[in-house]
Amino acid sequence: MGIKHNSDPDENPLQAAEYVEKPESQLKAMWETLRQNKAAVVGLFIIGCLALIALTVWLSELLGKQILPYDPNYSDMSKSFVWPNATHWFGTDQLGRDLFSRILDGTKISLFVGVAAVAISLTVGVLLGAIAGYRGGRTDAVIMRLMDMMLAIPSILLAIAFMAALGKGLDKAIIAIGLVSIPEYARIVRGSILSVKENDYVQAAKIIGNRPSRIIYKHILPNVISVIVVRATLGISTAVLDTAALGFLGLGVQPPFAEWGDMLGRARGFIFTAPYTLIFPGIAITVTVLAFNLLGDGLRDALDPKSRVK
Amino acid sequence: MLKYIIKRILMLIPVLIGVSIIVFLIMRVFSPDPAPIVLGQHATQEAAEAWRQANGLNDPIYLQYWHYLQGALTGNLGTSYYTKTPVIKEIMARFPATIELAVVAIILASFFGILIGVISAVKKNSIFDNAGMLLALIGVSMPIFWLGILLIIFFSGTLHWLPSNGRINPLLEPIHITGFYLIDSLITGNISAFADALRHLILPASALAMYSMAIITRMTRSSMLDTLQQDFIRTARAKGIAEGRVIVRHGLRNGLIPIVTVIGLQLGSLLGGAVLTETVFSWPGIGAYTVTCILKSDFPVVQGVVLLVAAIFVLVNLIVDVIYAFLDPRIKYSKKEV
Amino acid sequence: MLLEVKNLSTEFQLKRGIIKAVDDISFTLDKGEILAIVGESGSGKSVTSHSIMGLLQKPGRISGGEILFKSRNLNKLSRKELQKIRGNQISMIFQEPMTSLNPVWRIKDQIIESITTHMQVSQKEALARTIAMLDTVGIPSPAQRANDYPHQMSGGMRQRVMTAMALACGPELLIADEPTTALDVTIQAQILELLYRMREKFQMAVLLITHDLGVVSEAADRVIVMYCGKIMEEADVRSLFTRPLHPYTVGLLQSIPQIDDDSDKRLYMIKGMVPNPLTMPPGCPFSDRCDHSMERCTKEMPELKEIAGQKVRCFLFEEGEGGGLGAK
Repeated sequence: MGIKHNSDPDENPLQAAEYVEKPESQLKAMWETLRQNKAAVVGLFIIGCLALIALTVWLSELLGKQILPYDPNYSDMSKSFVWPNATHWFGTDQLGRDLFSRILDGTKISLFVGVAAVAISLTVGVLLGAIAGYRGGRTDAVIMRLMDMMLAIPSILLAIAFMAALGKGLDKAIIAIGLVSIPEYARIVRGSILSVKENDYVQAAKIIGNRPSRIIYKHILPNVISVIVVRATLGISTAVLDTAALGFLGLGVQPPFAEWGDMLGRARGFIFTAPYTLIFPGIAITVTVLAFNLLGDGLRDALDPKSRVK
Repeated sequence: MLKYIIKRILMLIPVLIGVSIIVFLIMRVFSPDPAPIVLGQHATQEAAEAWRQANGLNDPIYLQYWHYLQGALTGNLGTSYYTKTPVIKEIMARFPATIELAVVAIILASFFGILIGVISAVKKNSIFDNAGMLLALIGVSMPIFWLGILLIIFFSGTLHWLPSNGRINPLLEPIHITGFYLIDSLITGNISAFADALRHLILPASALAMYSMAIITRMTRSSMLDTLQQDFIRTARAKGIAEGRVIVRHGLRNGLIPIVTVIGLQLGSLLGGAVLTETVFSWPGIGAYTVTCILKSDFPVVQGVVLLVAAIFVLVNLIVDVIYAFLDPRIKYSKKEV
Repeated sequence: MLLEVKNLSTEFQLKRGIIKAVDDISFTLDKGEILAIVGESGSGKSVTSHSIMGLLQKPGRISGGEILFKSRNLNKLSRKELQKIRGNQISMIFQEPMTSLNPVWRIKDQIIESITTHMQVSQKEALARTIAMLDTVGIPSPAQRANDYPHQMSGGMRQRVMTAMALACGPELLIADEPTTALDVTIQAQILELLYRMREKFQMAVLLITHDLGVVSEAADRVIVMYCGKIMEEADVRSLFTRPLHPYTVGLLQSIPQIDDDSDKRLYMIKGMVPNPLTMPPGCPFSDRCDHSMERCTKEMPELKEIAGQKVRCFLFEEGEGGGLGAK
């Protein structure tokens, strides 16, 4: 084999295979387009605020300082069902806990569960999808049929079943919510790999003897990373919704953690007597999900080359 | 075409086997022992052991699965640990309520989703378009159960217009023929029952429809924006066809294919959403019941429900593929593509 | 006079500015005549045809002038009135036979739709007329092919179907927008043949929009050369090919390869590029590409002047017969 190593990438297609668009530059182009998109910037701003709230609450808790107006778990039965007023902005719940403090406190749980669950489905899904797409053949068939079967079960039922098997709790909720979204990522990654695999430069990289892991990292990942970023952003919004749903059914994150869905579930009985206890946690969930959806949609538009030209 | 359909139906079998294995693993291998849950905390060791023996839970897991499969082939999905009723009966008693809810919801979602989506695309960047897209965005961001709660607070609590729980006033309940109250009441000519069933349906169906409507709206808009740019739309206009007809008969007819896909997928997610909606509205359907059964470790019922739902999901996908072939003459299902 | 376009201007209002796609053009078309409008892409020839048909898409709009069809100003008609004329008295065939037919309708239904929209006939009569039309445009076994979907036909067949659809209601004016561009050379000739035959048969006028001078020489009676939204030259087809006046026309003709030309010189190419429509120079739009450009050309716009039955927009012909290319 007399492959000569030429230093000019334009002259040698095999060498050119090493000069593919880097993941960073693709993300950078995405960011530039994103900045033009007002809705996405609003989403990003809300997410920033939520993250700031969550971090502040968490840090102050670690340091043992009370930064919230009230202790979110301090119950004073003599003050139960106080309607929203100047001292209790969002009122108090059935146990006399300050709703405003509880909702701020809940930010950290929702964001944490959302991000952690996506991290799980992302890692496992990308891995499975990469293996299936790269290996092909029987491995591919087995993995993808398994994914199809998971998709045939409504994700909320699957998550509930996982919770029943694993037991209740924060960590279990993260795992259950993370597990049910694995197929989506696996499908995206596999599809992208299949479409890139036959490209000349990937074939060229194979011929010059790059190892599979290197080919996936250097050539295939850059092509799917932006799609994954979009999917993951929208995935966080789904995860936040799922967390709330599990919480609402009484299967999710358990007290003493203040969780928005759990708050809604427990306040259900007071729907006509104290409707405000059901309004504010719902707004919190909706705003959070909305923010990630805005950002995700913006990212998707930024990714679409058609809109990037404008 | 018929060959294709038969093939696809046969493909249901491996999917159902796979799904049943997944559920079996989750419920019987990884879940805690159901005996203390079913019999109560204070049951004796012997009683628990006898119960496990009676329900075949002491067999090796593959044998348990084999027995289950054998039963399933003869139409026996086991009996509930609690009521001792056959699972099929348990499901059939509640299934029509869920289907009625889901079908009404998907009709609402498709009708309004396509309507808003088409108008938004035709009047791109107008106030209507912006409002429609905002509605769609809120629709996908709002938890279904919270929307249900808001509807109850407003329409049942504040306005007292519509009932907030159940399927019908028990006094008006029609004779069960199909199990669908809207149909049963019409068959028996029981108009007041029909009206009452409808009143009970409005809130839960709207809550359940919202998310799907939002998704369908978005898909319709983008599909129509794409289709209305096509050359054959210009041809239709050049023929002197009235604009409304151009948009519907030429535009929507072509843009419908991705929309149908989304509607099919939404029917699957509606069954999931039904779990939450039924809980909020105390709707006596399969969704809320399944949650209870999962929590009570009533394995046979859970297994049966999940299989049923998975079968519906796969069948809906098949129906969507068949509709494709009718919508798009370019699609031909040959044996190769299966 | 069947069609009379008077001082038509069409512009596109973009964020970055206004593009004058068609700038103050006038021409006439008689019954049974074939008039070709020639130009490069971006010359405004297609926009002209869309303006006549009322098919302009936002942000395009007619900013001035009149389009008189049988003395009615099409630009002033309501959408309803325009729809009555479109596809009926004036019809159009498009460049892309692959995408211009609705992919999910049988071709017979697409033609029948056209017929029943404009004529008071039963479905049965419409179908009979459709099959007759398909036969006229040379589709073999038309009764069977009528049931085909577009994807089951070749490009040439589809363009025949488009033609049949356009002719279905017996139009007095047919606008053919690059009808042969997307087709193989042999098919091109057949379609042109067909247009020619249909003109004879139905005595209709044809407005032929094309960039291909070969097509013009084969089919047209009279030619308009457009460049950057302006008419540069207008002549009958014979005069244009034997005695082109405008340097742009000359350039276009010279860039056609000639088989019997055995000299070794390379094929002529007009130098430079079409100017950016947003920053159009004040003078002649062709001035910076023209071999005969004078200082005046970059500052003033020449008028369209009539010289011996031909019209030309160029300062070379300001002084009458004495000037012009021949003098150099």
